[in-house]
Amino acid sequence: MTLKPFKTIGIGVAFSPNLKANLFEAARLAVFFKSKLVLIHVGDDASDKRENLQTILKSFEKDNLDFEIIFQKGEPVDVILEVSEREKIDLLILGAQKRERFVTYYMGSIARKITRKVKCSILLLINPSVERVPCEHIVVNGLKDPKTEQAITTAFYVAKHLSSEKVTIVEEIKEQQVAVKVEDDKSLRRANIAKERIKLRENQRIKEIISHIPEQYTDGKTVKLQPIFGKQGYSIGHYAQISRADLLIMNAPSKMSFWDRLFPHDIEHILTELPTDVLILQ
Amino acid sequence: MSPKKNNITDFFKALPKNIFSGFVVSLIALPLGLGLAMASDAPPIAGIIAAIVGGVVVSIFGGSHVTISGPGNGLVGVLLVAISTLGLESAFAAIICSGVLMMLLGFFRMGKLADFFPSSAIQGMLAAIGLIILGKQFHIMLAHKIKREDTIDYLYEIPFSINDAIHYENKGFIYAALAGVISLTIMLLYSKIRNKYFQLIPAPMWIVMLSIGFSYYFEMVLHEENPISSQYMISGIPSIQEIIVNMETPNFSKVGSFSFWSSVFAITLIASIESLLSIKAVDKLDPEKRRSNVNRDLKALGFATIGSGFLGGLNVVTVIARSSVNVNNGASNRSSNFAHATFLVLFIVLFSTQLTRIPLPALMAILVYTGYKLASPEVIRNISRIGKEQLIIFFVTLLVTLKVGLITGIVAGVITTQIIHLVLNGNISLFVRNVLKPNVLMYQEEDNEGFYVSIKHFCSFLNYYRLKEKLDAIPEDHDVIVDFSLCGFVDHTVMENMHNYQELFKKRGGHFDVIGLDMHDTDSKHPFALRRILPVPKIIQDNLTRRQTNMEDLAKDYELEYTPEKEKDIEFLYSFHFFNTKNVNHIYNKLLHQDGIIKLFDIEFSEGEFIAKEVVRSTMLYINLETTIPEFTLDREGFLEKIYAFAGFRDIPIQNHSDFSNRFYLLGENEVQIKEFFNDDITHFFESNPYYHVESNGKALLVFGKERLASIKEIKALFDFGKRLHQVIS
Repeated sequence: MTLKPFKTIGIGVAFSPNLKANLFEAARLAVFFKSKLVLIHVGDDASDKRENLQTILKSFEKDNLDFEIIFQKGEPVDVILEVSEREKIDLLILGAQKRERFVTYYMGSIARKITRKVKCSILLLINPSVERVPCEHIVVNGLKDPKTEQAITTAFYVAKHLSSEKVTIVEEIKEQQVAVKVEDDKSLRRANIAKERIKLRENQRIKEIISHIPEQYTDGKTVKLQPIFGKQGYSIGHYAQISRADLLIMNAPSKMSFWDRLFPHDIEHILTELPTDVLILQ
Repeated sequence: MSPKKNNITDFFKALPKNIFSGFVVSLIALPLGLGLAMASDAPPIAGIIAAIVGGVVVSIFGGSHVTISGPGNGLVGVLLVAISTLGLESAFAAIICSGVLMMLLGFFRMGKLADFFPSSAIQGMLAAIGLIILGKQFHIMLAHKIKREDTIDYLYEIPFSINDAIHYENKGFIYAALAGVISLTIMLLYSKIRNKYFQLIPAPMWIVMLSIGFSYYFEMVLHEENPISSQYMISGIPSIQEIIVNMETPNFSKVGSFSFWSSVFAITLIASIESLLSIKAVDKLDPEKRRSNVNRDLKALGFATIGSGFLGGLNVVTVIARSSVNVNNGASNRSSNFAHATFLVLFIVLFSTQLTRIPLPALMAILVYTGYKLASPEVIRNISRIGKEQLIIFFVTLLVTLKVGLITGIVAGVITTQIIHLVLNGNISLFVRNVLKPNVLMYQEEDNEGFYVSIKHFCSFLNYYRLKEKLDAIPEDHDVIVDFSLCGFVDHTVMENMHNYQELFKKRGGHFDVIGLDMHDTDSKHPFALRRILPVPKIIQDNLTRRQTNMEDLAKDYELEYTPEKEKDIEFLYSFHFFNTKNVNHIYNKLLHQDGIIKLFDIEFSEGEFIAKEVVRSTMLYINLETTIPEFTLDREGFLEKIYAFAGFRDIPIQNHSDFSNRFYLLGENEVQIKEFFNDDITHFFESNPYYHVESNGKALLVFGKERLASIKEIKALFDFGKRLHQVIS
């Protein structure tokens, strides 16, 4: 299992009221991960724009922030996809939109298209701020999936760099795995025994994964395992929301077809209602 | 896992008790079965056939434990329509088809069907059924048979019937109407009389016995004809031979017609809703705290209905009133349902000629009372307390059901509810966007054994089944926290169900907490949740009653602490066997002594459900013990106990105290420890003091005299008794 460190971090830049907050978040991350920051702007190269960005990032000079600004005209989705591939960006940061009157966040259409097509990892920010809000609690998925080991390892890597205190690994277990339907006392007892067995098995699997992670990452972190019986992709978001997690880390789905969008599952659920900041790993 | 119990021995041990309670239930089932069948325009025996087939089949194949099955009162309305539009023989075909549908519902695990209906709409529908029963039978009760097209017309005519009844000149009609009125009075007053000998026979059976006795009195003593007009006597109770010979053959020729299938669907809908609601309510009363297998019960009920239809009987459903009587008489498994069917067969075989001596108005009085209970002003008062919008839903369902029909009525209720939800919320997209989302998250917290359930977006009758599914997967003796803080809207149906869960968990030793609704309180958008969760506390009555002022004085005299307010925190009572089959509403007028070691309070609890429901107020004394003592129940030895003894309860004799053993009736599981505990001191204490019912739950004692409120003098005596008992024991 090799860890893919975030060497280059990319962010799409639009001159909106949120610009400063978005840039600050991105720059802070670049400093934490000691990586290069690439600002991508869809539009003409203009010196006033360049100057504007440089002034904002001035305060990071003391942290030796290494950044580059790229201007390119075209369709926003295509430009961002193309640039991130060309510049070998490892992590792309996208901002979410807030649904009016509600405290729910969702991905706009552009961000959503990018999320579906992009080849690198993506960080979706729901509430960018100029002041740093410490990332204390990370929730990561522990699905039975080949990519999960990487996700968990990355979670600890991120936790190390952002100095988060707690990592919760959520094992979503499909309800169908419990072969017993609860109808009366007897079936309830049987179902609970079955669930207990599955939980033990899942926890064992996750513990095995954790034992492979270099100790420098896991050292000093509070690790919690939480098995949940529920809809995959949806319940982890719900859990992240109620457990007040600061970051949710998920695997990218293996395939995305038309049907997946029609009958939302896994990542699509998260995109329609972002519970917190979400990091989708490729 | 607990060790496997010896099921067969347990079964035979409990058998006498179950046969006994099956007998008591059959006493109600007989008149109700006859009445319900006649109210649906079917031959009276059809109701008994349904009860017999139901009792046999469901007790063998069913999945619930202490329920009784038979003809249901909710079905009267739909069956009436089916029989009048299709004719009797096709109606039996419709009953058979609805049985098949019910079995299918069971096989497809559609036991959750009843969860999709808003509770106010169901209430409205039941009230409409009540009015249909009441409206039609009221006239027969007053010996004034009329035939009208519309169900509402029957209700309009009630004042005219009363007027006519007052001016009857025909002696036969006067006696008939009198029989009806007296029977109704018996039904109304029965629950008010707390006499155990009187209550040994259920009210409907008193009516049957009195009217048969009356008829024999005229025949044997006065050598006259029964003065009640013969057209108001039950006709056509066939003897057992006739039943077998003249079996109705169902006629399937109308299977192709629309009216046939609309009847089938209406019957199935009502039959399953009535059964599911009853099973849920009876589960709460089950002394052994078991959970019923609803789907299996549906299959059994469907199967029984098919059989009943072929034999010329009505639909078989689970019935609440009879089931609650069953529980109250000590039933513990399905054999009581079987026994009830067996006794009904015996009644029909032995007494079918006697049954024709029952006057129709007397029988219909039982049904009028049933109808009244379904649509009583209290139902409306309870609903209006929840909110005005619930009243709208209730009345829309009620009126549409009366005017058009049951299916249209319930559909109208559902639509009205959803419209009201939309209007109150002012936000359609909340519902549209989220209705299909799996919005309930449940997980077991790792550090403790508790379950946490969080609900997102909105929670109403539309998606309540998801929440229910999760909650049902939690054993009732665990702790649960249900969090609505991410939920923008919670409706009355959900809140009512949460309340039911709370009760259930409380009774079975778990905890069920609902949190996260405080926000909704300040947010005026959520009136349902607000009113359900934080009912405005009743302003303490300034003027205490005379008894209360007396109690206050007494408290001062004896240096006690007195609180007149109602208290709902009554968990400490549920560990006493006495409350196993009873629901405690609240305690009030509390007197505290010695930091709560001894407390005395008035208590309101209810026994039974629906027409068999009795609300009892009593005064009780509670002594908290520092030491552990064996669990036991001590009562006065009497006639009733002799009967119970036949039914399998055993009195524990205390050696060398034959006087004590003769006068007291001592019950308990651990005989050795109890014998040890009742030493000379304690036995002498009980021998030399007035009688009280004393019960121990191991850590505390419950003492009370009669099942009514105690006078101030009795309170003093009870307190004194308690203090001395406490000294003797500790």
